[in-house]
Parts: sequence; C-alpha cells; structure tokens
Amino acid sequence: MTDATRAEVCVIACAEAFRGDGEILASAFGTIPAIGVRLARATFAPDLLLTDGEAQLMRGTWAVDAPADGVVEGWSPFRRIFDLVWHGKRHAMMIPVQIDRYGNTNISALGDHARPKVQLIGVRGAPGNTVTHPVSYWVPKHAPRAFVPRVDLVSGVGHDSAAAAGTGARRYHDLRRVVTNLAVFDFAPEGGAMRLRSVHPGVTVDEVRAATGFPLVIEGEVPETRLPTEEELRLIRDVLDPRGRRDEEVPA
Amino acid sequence: MTGKQMSAREVVGRLRSGMTIGIGGWAVRRKPMALVREILRSDLTDLTIVSYGGPDVGLLCAAGKVRKLVFGFVTLDSVPLDPHFRAARQRGEIEVAEYDEGMLQWGLYAAGLRLPFLPTRAGLGSSVSSGNPELRTVADPYGSGDELIAMPAIPLDAALVHMNRADVHGNAQFLGPDPYFDDLFCLAAEQAFVSCERIVPTAELTAQAHPATLVLKRLVVDGVVEAPGGAHFTSCVPDYDVDTQALHDYAASAASPEAWAEFRREYLSGGAEHARDAEARTA
Repeated sequence: MTDATRAEVCVIACAEAFRGDGEILASAFGTIPAIGVRLARATFAPDLLLTDGEAQLMRGTWAVDAPADGVVEGWSPFRRIFDLVWHGKRHAMMIPVQIDRYGNTNISALGDHARPKVQLIGVRGAPGNTVTHPVSYWVPKHAPRAFVPRVDLVSGVGHDSAAAAGTGARRYHDLRRVVTNLAVFDFAPEGGAMRLRSVHPGVTVDEVRAATGFPLVIEGEVPETRLPTEEELRLIRDVLDPRGRRDEEVPA
Repeated sequence: MTGKQMSAREVVGRLRSGMTIGIGGWAVRRKPMALVREILRSDLTDLTIVSYGGPDVGLLCAAGKVRKLVFGFVTLDSVPLDPHFRAARQRGEIEVAEYDEGMLQWGLYAAGLRLPFLPTRAGLGSSVSSGNPELRTVADPYGSGDELIAMPAIPLDAALVHMNRADVHGNAQFLGPDPYFDDLFCLAAEQAFVSCERIVPTAELTAQAHPATLVLKRLVVDGVVEAPGGAHFTSCVPDYDVDTQALHDYAASAASPEAWAEFRREYLSGGAEHARDAEARTA
C-alpha cells in the first residue's frame, strides 16, 4: 500500500468526493476524476450513474482511455443532461482555471471580459451547475496562478457570490470538495471560506499554504489523505487505467 | 406539398448582412460546415452568430463575418480552445453575449414558444448576470422569495443545421447519438435551412429507424440542401467521425496569415467537390 503514487492518492481523493451520493448522475472532467468516479462506483458508491462521454448512460467498469464497455441503461443527450442539472440529481467535478477563497471559479476568460487578455473556453455549464446541484473541483497543478485572491470573472458561483445573489442562487448551492495534486479542501460552514481537510502523503501544510494565493482555513492537526486499499490499487492499475494516463496528469 | 430542395448558394442568397444566425450541432459534432463554407465565400458581414461553438465560430471570426457572438462555449474538444476565436476575442474584434449553455437552450426555447423569456436559476451570482446589463431578474410570483433570471428569447433570422437524412419536404433525421438542439434552433428562426448527407424518399426515413429520430418537421424547415460530407471536418456519426487531421490543420492555421491562407486553399475553396472528397476520406 505504501507504494501508491501521488496520482493514485488523487484518484482516491476524487473518488471520496462522491461517497454517499446515492443514485445521481456523476460527471467528472479530467483523467484522474474520471478514474476516481469509476472507482467509486466499482467499490463504495455502486448506485452512481455514469455516461459513456456521449449520450448513453452505461453500467460497467472500463478503462479511462478506452471506449465505454458495459450495459446501456439509458439515453441522456445534452438536453436531458441539462434537465438533470436543473433538477439537481447530479454531482459534477469540474476543472477551474482560477479558483478563489470562497469557491468562485473561472473557465471563461482572463482579464477584461470585453477584450480578454486570454480567452478560454467560455462559462459552459458552470453558472447553472453551481446553483442547481453539488459541484466539486479538480486542480491538477496547485499553484498561486490557479488559487487566486479573486477570480477575473465568475463562471462557477462561490459562497460569497451565491449569498449576495439571494435565495434563488443559494437554495441549491452546494460546493463539496476541491481536490488538487497536493491536498483536499472543503468550505468552512461559517463564512464559506476554503478549508484544508487533508494533505497528500509527502506534502506539508506549509507547501500548500505557499501554493495558495489566499489565506486558508486550517483547523488543528491536518490529517493525511487516505491511501488506496490493495483492491482499489488493483482496480486502478489493472482495470481503470492500465496505460497509466493518471501519471500524465499528475507526474510521480 | 412542395419540394424545398435548394443549393447551399441559394441558402446563403436568402441571408443578409446584419442578420442573427443560429448554427446547430455541438462543438465538433454535426456542424453545417457546407453552409458555413458558403457564407465564407459570400459577401455577408456584420452577423450575429448563436452557437454551441466549434470551428463554425472560429472560421466565421477569422473571415471577419462576425459582429457579435451569443455563446456558452467555443471548443474543438480534442483541442480544447479554438485559436481563431481566441485571436478575435483577444484583439477585441467581436462583441459577445456569454450565457450558461443551458440558458442558451432556454433562450432558443423561449423564442420557439413565442415567449419573451423563461425563468431560470442558471446565471444567478455569476458574471453571466453581472456582466450583461441587458439581463433582468423576475421575482417568483408564487411567493418562494426567489429572484430568478428572466432568460430573454433569442429569436433568429435564420437557422442552419446539418442532419444525417432528410426528405425534399424538410423532414429531417439524426442517426447519431444526440439530436443536440437543432430542432430548437429551427423553431426559434424566421427561416430554417437543413443540409443533410442524403436526401431520401420519405418512406425510407423510417424503414430502419424509429420515428423519434425525425427531430425536424417540415413545417419548421424552409430549405433542404443535399450535402454529402456537409459536416466535414466535424463529425456526422454514423456517416463519419471527426477528420482529426483537418481539425489539427485548422487549429494550426491560426499561427500566421500565411497558414490561414494555406488552410483556406486546402479546405475551404473546393466547394461541393471538396466536400465529396472529404466524405471519401472520412468514410
């Protein structure tokens, strides 16, 4: 067990974000979250619904870089996904380019929106996701340029923004976890600021502080992120990611 | 019942500079590229484009056709960011109205239902609302206390979509995994034009496929264009997949004016013949 790599610890941390979710659509972006969510379903969260990346809901357990292999259990083209998004039975793990202290995230553009210094992909579904169903985030490179004091524009709604926007925004606002290559965070119930929950083995709290561009809530002794079990390691290495794509996202 | 078959050139002849044009498909999936190429060859300009954006948006931006983009994202999927769209944005050349992708659906749906708006939570608390002074909220009239965004209708002057099959009357069919929002684009439009891989007799549409695949009804379609390979270089599953080489050549063509000229020569100037070549290559 002690030979688990950093990428494998990140897989576990992402999987843990979906523990206890029950029968909902789990949507994970990025390689390690995709491995994590499949691991969760194959072990402690068997009721999760997953798509094949297109329009089918699929049962089964298949490699992250291979076509979906399993039993089709439903049809979910984009508009039906939007129905589930707004209905609330979904938990998405998204990849922000910027994230701030209160969980506001940006994937749209850097700089002035009228003439961005760097145009990114656009807000996509982040505004709707964050005010209608649980959302977590995955940041493969934890650094001050990602963990900023204030995002340039708000794609995903953080706690302060939701509070300011009224009950319409707050009613179903539910930010869960932030998992990075260094640590795991949630948000303090009082004030909604980002809170350090665990550091990955080999990472110090000071390293996390130094890589974060805003003050973190840190309560007492910070535990280490749990390691994968033997069975989880076998699933990751032999079934879910036999070609080691996880190491491309988080190098050892 | 009259036939509505026309050429891509005739479709573009029905468009005018300054129009608001919705483009169907999703990112690099089932974009009406034959019709987009025809716009590139035309003198149309000053367009407002509404799209779940892929290379349709980047190409029109690079060609200087776009005044304003109404969008939720622009991506090439395996290439996450479209360099032509980025360049236009970073030079400040185009105006944008940026929405959550579900809000875009809501705006098209509202227009299709002839409603001024539809309420939603999406956008609340985000820069979508704070960055768009035209966006308004409405109070729940039934007393929950929630203020919701009134997503305004997005009426279109014209919609352009690409389907797998159609008949000459405008009944059109998707055979791939997802209809995307093509029917809503057509419903929201004054005039809707569908290109397709093959025009077939009406009876053939349901000979093998369930009638539920007929997502476009002729009463919302004004013109039908037979354009084999007409989504190239985006995908039109199951007829063909994305042309990865062309996609990467497209992305690389933003590097310099010379590269862009080369790309145009290679992929955009061939017209229908080129589309057929493309179909052969992707078959």
